[in-house]
Amino acid sequence: MKTDDLINLLGTNIEPVKDGQLRNTLLVALAAGAATALCLMLLFLGAPDEILGGQYRSLKFLGLIFTFSLIASGTHFLLKAARPGNSNRKPLIFIGLLFFSIVSAGVIALMLSHPSSWGGMIFGPQWAACLVCIPLFSIAPFVSLIWALRKEAPTNLAWTGAVAGIVAGALGAAAYTLHQPAGSIPFIVIWYAGPIAVFAIVGAVLGPKLLRW
Amino acid sequence: MTIGSDEPELRALMLAGLDGDDKSHKSLLTRLSTYLRAYFRGQLVRIGRGPSEVEDLVQETLIALHMSRHTYDRSQLLMPWVYAIARYRLIDYLRRTKFAGLDVPVESADGIFADDDVAAVDSGIDLMKLLDQLTPKMRQSIQFIKLDGLSVNETAARTGMSPSAVKVSVHRGLKALSLLVRERKPS
Repeated sequence: MKTDDLINLLGTNIEPVKDGQLRNTLLVALAAGAATALCLMLLFLGAPDEILGGQYRSLKFLGLIFTFSLIASGTHFLLKAARPGNSNRKPLIFIGLLFFSIVSAGVIALMLSHPSSWGGMIFGPQWAACLVCIPLFSIAPFVSLIWALRKEAPTNLAWTGAVAGIVAGALGAAAYTLHQPAGSIPFIVIWYAGPIAVFAIVGAVLGPKLLRW
Repeated sequence: MTIGSDEPELRALMLAGLDGDDKSHKSLLTRLSTYLRAYFRGQLVRIGRGPSEVEDLVQETLIALHMSRHTYDRSQLLMPWVYAIARYRLIDYLRRTKFAGLDVPVESADGIFADDDVAAVDSGIDLMKLLDQLTPKMRQSIQFIKLDGLSVNETAARTGMSPSAVKVSVHRGLKALSLLVRERKPS
């Protein structure tokens, strides 16, 4: 085929492109994933007993602040990474700082308390439910984000996949913590940040395969 | 490829193309193909690949540029976006053809320097053969809309599809074509 023939084919009867199309696709995928995670939470766990977290109120807010910061900075990264030649490392640094802060806070909380209470802090209320629910709630957001990113043209597939995993994992954790707040900061580190980090690795491994274009 | 003084003009063509202007879009792709040809020729010759592969890559990249139009941020410069897509296609191409084309015979090395007017060169991509692999709906829609230049409504009347189904078929057909182009056997 001659290149001029190809250009004629591509350039004949082209469709106009709406401004903000990419942004809308990603945000719709994010909203659909979040709604699915929330519905699964209500379906499996029922409506939360104490919406404000009762005696765990501050931990509930900490959990929500941690997960929503990850979702916001991750989405910010993905909106840029979905466009070729538009990489932006600032959100990655911010995500790294978030993980560093929560892990440091967890270590400090352990150091400030007696070793005999460590078991109770780490294996706080319903750690096993947490371990099952967060990955379960994260699957739908992960699938919808990958579906949306496949329509775009990311050039750094591993990082894009990893951050999609982080956003999905954080959405799952946020849905879980809406129902049942963590019992301690070390609990957040192990049962929230842990699965989110695993999702990041899964995303980094699958990204180059799933997001290729 | 350098980000030269052509940037404002090319960007204006791109923006007009995004608004649906065929003429600007064609003129943009034509001018970019010259940049791309020079870029790929430099990159491929440097690593000992044959010049015949240049035109394949130019065409693959033009398809990618067209299919990814919606990922261009109108507030940004155009050429970094073009360059990033060209680079992505080059890396993907080299990965795909790792074991092909390394045994370029010595005689063909003349071609590297001899032929500057390579726009007239055929690529190894056989469009008609690839079109045959599409579903009848996609093939018909692309034939009428993209090759014969009929309008969406005329095509809808001829094929009995709805206008929006025609548009979807063209879009899906082009997407399928771009995949076929990348998955074709090296010629």
